[in-house]
Amino acid sequence: MKQNRNVFGVALNHRTLRATMEEHFHIKPHVKPPTTPVLFIKPDNTQISHGDSIPAPHSNETIFAGPALGIVIKKTAHRVTAEQANQYIDGYAIVNEVSLAEESFYRPAIKAKCRDGFCPISTTINAEQVSKPESLNIHTYINGELKHSTNTDQLYYSINELVEFISSFITLEKGDVIITATPPRDETLALNVGDSVVIEIEQLGRLENSVVAEQEL
Amino acid sequence: MKYARILLNNETVAVTVNDDNSVNLEDGSVLQEHEITWLPPSEGKIFALGINYANHASELNFKAPTEPLVFLKAMNTLIGHQQKTMRPDNVDYMHYEAELVVIIGKTAKNVKRENAFDYIAGYTVANDYAIRDYLENYYRPNLRVKSRDTCTPIGPYMVDAKSVGDPSNLSLKAYVNGELKQSGNTKDLIFDVPFLIEYLSNIMTLSPGDMILTGTPEGLADVKPGDEVVIEVEKVGRLTNHIISETEYNNNYRSEVNNVK
Repeated sequence: MKQNRNVFGVALNHRTLRATMEEHFHIKPHVKPPTTPVLFIKPDNTQISHGDSIPAPHSNETIFAGPALGIVIKKTAHRVTAEQANQYIDGYAIVNEVSLAEESFYRPAIKAKCRDGFCPISTTINAEQVSKPESLNIHTYINGELKHSTNTDQLYYSINELVEFISSFITLEKGDVIITATPPRDETLALNVGDSVVIEIEQLGRLENSVVAEQEL
Repeated sequence: MKYARILLNNETVAVTVNDDNSVNLEDGSVLQEHEITWLPPSEGKIFALGINYANHASELNFKAPTEPLVFLKAMNTLIGHQQKTMRPDNVDYMHYEAELVVIIGKTAKNVKRENAFDYIAGYTVANDYAIRDYLENYYRPNLRVKSRDTCTPIGPYMVDAKSVGDPSNLSLKAYVNGELKQSGNTKDLIFDVPFLIEYLSNIMTLSPGDMILTGTPEGLADVKPGDEVVIEVEKVGRLTNHIISETEYNNNYRSEVNNVK
């Protein structure tokens, strides 16, 4: 399970999710909208592969799929500009950024996002094989049924802007992943024990995982 | 016993450390402190606690939390003893934070408080710098404040748990250019070490090498390029760090990259 790479997520980077937050941005505790990408970390214990099981907490809190495009870094990226960003991108991965309900964006969401197995990541598809990474359909199937569709055209900060911003203070290393954006966690993305969840991204493929009660693992 | 990692001929080497900070290599040879480059003593997940001392909470006008305020940092932010931390140009307030660090010794999941000490390999010292200009009210304290390259000096070494004994009564001090600026004691932790291990391991699996930066007491102050900042934790160690400007940092980084090539 132990992975030697950093996985950074970007919260509030999906336009639909941002729209639902518009009112909240201006009141406490936020007071004003974010001025930079809102980052979080998916640590080693969360990272699993295609076919691995996602453990559901025994507290029975609802868990939600997080269909997303991941950027995979090609080489050490330190203070890279958006214009140079392409040279630092090895390719793209399908990511399921699993989370408990996103009840608050005020404090770091360790409990909601950092549970074991909460970040399935596919193998990397080389950047040359992905023609338009910012207009790819993303479909989520639960038990074979299409439940949710979105598109990478919903990014608020673009792929290149994210690489520029993060590398301005975090030196990214080969293999590091940036999860570009996740949609609002509505009921269509809710997962139950026994479910099989597939995230399918156009040109990239499918990432499939099943949900298992954590006490059974 | 004190355990460190140093950079030797571009490789990471595990060493033990003597009282004068000379180090013993596996082959029995000894290197003096001026001959070595200290690396962070551990590698793994990095947890840090916000407002975990009652007096610091009131300093920041926060009510003491009822649940730990935990955030994560990535490995990019760690540097070893005697290294340099960059202060960005055009910021108003960058402060140090003296902290006791717990290093996990074995895989921990759903650990009870009474067994927590079985999972601790040892302790080290960290300086959890923050740049308050970059605070935003989203996942606060955000990564731009807390997970910056060079902004978390840690070390010089890990002291094994047995040598430290009880971690709940250790004094912490921060000195800037020799002047005592921050002083506290781990007995004032709101959430103590065993509580944090129970709390975190209830959420997720902790692995050997994972670090918990337990928080800082009151006494923060701005630091500037040229400052020497020393953090001391009783029985654990003394960590030295120097602040440099963004220009100096950029020049250093370029020369390091060129050296590697």
